[in-house]
Amino acid sequence: MTDETIKNTKSGNGESEILLQVENLSKEFDTGKKDSKIHAVSNVDLEIRRGETLALVGESGCGKSTLGRTLIKMLPATGGRVLFHGEDITAMSEKEFRPLRRKMQMIFQDPYASLDPRMTVRNIIAEPLVTYHVCANKKETTARVLELMQAVGVPTEFLDRYPHQFSGGQRQRIGIARAIALNPELIVCDEPVSALDVSVQSQVLNLLKDLQQQYSLTYLFIGHDLSVIHFIADRVCVMFLGSVCEIASKEDIYAKPMHPYTSFLLDAIPQADPHLRNEHRQVLTGEVPSPVHLPEGCFFHTRCPYATDRCRRERPALRAVKGRQVACHRAEELEL
Amino acid sequence: MEQKENVLEIRGLRSCFFTEKGVVPAVDGIDLDIPEGKIIGLVGESGCGKSMTAKSIMGLLKYPGRIADGHIWFDGQDLAHLSEKELRNVCGKDISMIFQEPMTSLNPVLKVGRQVRETLLVHDRGMDKDEARRQVIDMFERVGIPEPEKRYDSYPHQLSGGLRQRVMIAMAMVCRPRLLIADEPTTALDVTIEAQILRLIRQLRDETGMSVLIITHNMGVVAELCDYVYVMYAGKIMEQAETYELFDHKAHPYTKGLLDSIPRIGKNPDRLYTIPGVVPNLLHLPEGCAFSNRCPNASERCRSVKPELREIGKGHLARCLNCARESMEPRLEKQSESYENTPVAAELPDAKNAVSAPGMLGNLSTENAAKGGGAL
Repeated sequence: MTDETIKNTKSGNGESEILLQVENLSKEFDTGKKDSKIHAVSNVDLEIRRGETLALVGESGCGKSTLGRTLIKMLPATGGRVLFHGEDITAMSEKEFRPLRRKMQMIFQDPYASLDPRMTVRNIIAEPLVTYHVCANKKETTARVLELMQAVGVPTEFLDRYPHQFSGGQRQRIGIARAIALNPELIVCDEPVSALDVSVQSQVLNLLKDLQQQYSLTYLFIGHDLSVIHFIADRVCVMFLGSVCEIASKEDIYAKPMHPYTSFLLDAIPQADPHLRNEHRQVLTGEVPSPVHLPEGCFFHTRCPYATDRCRRERPALRAVKGRQVACHRAEELEL
Repeated sequence: MEQKENVLEIRGLRSCFFTEKGVVPAVDGIDLDIPEGKIIGLVGESGCGKSMTAKSIMGLLKYPGRIADGHIWFDGQDLAHLSEKELRNVCGKDISMIFQEPMTSLNPVLKVGRQVRETLLVHDRGMDKDEARRQVIDMFERVGIPEPEKRYDSYPHQLSGGLRQRVMIAMAMVCRPRLLIADEPTTALDVTIEAQILRLIRQLRDETGMSVLIITHNMGVVAELCDYVYVMYAGKIMEQAETYELFDHKAHPYTKGLLDSIPRIGKNPDRLYTIPGVVPNLLHLPEGCAFSNRCPNASERCRSVKPELREIGKGHLARCLNCARESMEPRLEKQSESYENTPVAAELPDAKNAVSAPGMLGNLSTENAAKGGGAL
């Protein structure tokens, strides 16, 4: 593989280098009405370190997929910037960005919608190779496609089959093969296992972990299932209504959440163990406010039982508290 | 739960798709009891026949699927052999159903209040509309819809997913059914909303004493809500037991595989356990046990003999030739004690077998399974 350079830089020193830095990133969509915009992502700051898996968690509509897409420039940002290896990619033209595009790939949620039904597996996996003129000739391309199929565990005799002939899990593997075809550095995994059955889900999660080691990949893993996130992630970023609530290491966040929203999310998951049944646990009431009319102050205050007047007035900034980042005025005092 | 009378009894139900390629036995001879006031779980992966079972009860099978054999006893009537007209008096009134995707189950061009009211008026011809409206608003309030008067005149698209599911539940509950069938009721919802809906279902059961059949693929939902569980695979019940019994003494290799492949907070190993292979095509099932081609401890006999459901503990049945000896082993996750102090594992006689470090779950279970297979 051609990843030796990556491995070298990673083993450089203890604190791994920052691969992607997001500064004050915002993404708004027009609603078609005057003076009304959907604030999908609002002023997000975060960094992704080389070789890690950063998980983005939140309920549907919290902007996690939009953020994932915006930071690899699949969607243009409307504010702020994204630095990849220190280079500002938000300001680049498509042409300037093109050589970097191959470094950032994506795995999609729906394995049925993300593969062209009229292309064979060979063509699906070869498409990025052909687009970037990676291989000198057809023979080489086929060899590379077969190699990729082996890497993701799709039997190579299925080379000329069509997507409909595969199960959901195998399709997801094909999507993964396509994503790693160009030896990317960063892969945005947008809910890659949400559509899969439990037994298949575990296979794909194991595969993602193996590939990460084998190819020194960095993942931005978007998901809503906190048990899955616990398995795959190194650090977790919790989002609510387009902004970041809390970023912390996996160990910290599961052991002691500091943002009330994180705590509620963790509490809400039904655990596969009846002994953990808790009929009196706190259940978050209400629903997510509209991203068109953002609430004043802290976005979470409408659902937060700990909200004070200050929370209703003043929006908390993401700040460092005890080795992690939390956006809550009362982070220190709350016992969650 | 023996003292409770069964609201619904399914006996030898076979529902098949009659296709050009052959007869697909999606539900292949299942027996299932739903006692009064209990929440019963039917779990399995997609294609295992769990939704087909629910649709068979409700008479909702569509061509080319139909009930081929068996009985569904409800109130002294066999639902499997009722005419459509007779079935209509039962379904929607005494038995009602909520579906996975609330958006596609509601009519987008009618106000939700009217849709719920329709259910009432269809089943009680004499009721006047104002009375029906009052009852609907009352039910909206009980299922936790804020501003029920206002919501009565909302269209489905104006409601969030969680509210739509509450409307569906209101529609199912408005005739005060004795049995509620919930087909993946929370799969399309976010976790915080899921928690709300699960709590609501339990609360309604407690208030009304109805029975509930929950169909799900999520073991978490089962553990959270159900009293008794049926595990289904390739159209057959593989294992059934009371919830605590099942999770603590899971016996069937498939149940074990399913539970071990779920990532769990606080006990995740470096690699998740995976069930090898894929769900078999129902047209070409393995010769013997349907799970034999994926089972880590399948013997020659498993590949030739179709196992029957056998009682391996009190109220605990498993369809496996080999699993009996493992059945009374303590649960494998003894290490969970350190996380959430569950006393159960410690009370069991030979807890020593379960000693392991956290994070060893996947490996351990395969080891144990292999051991069990070898011993037999």
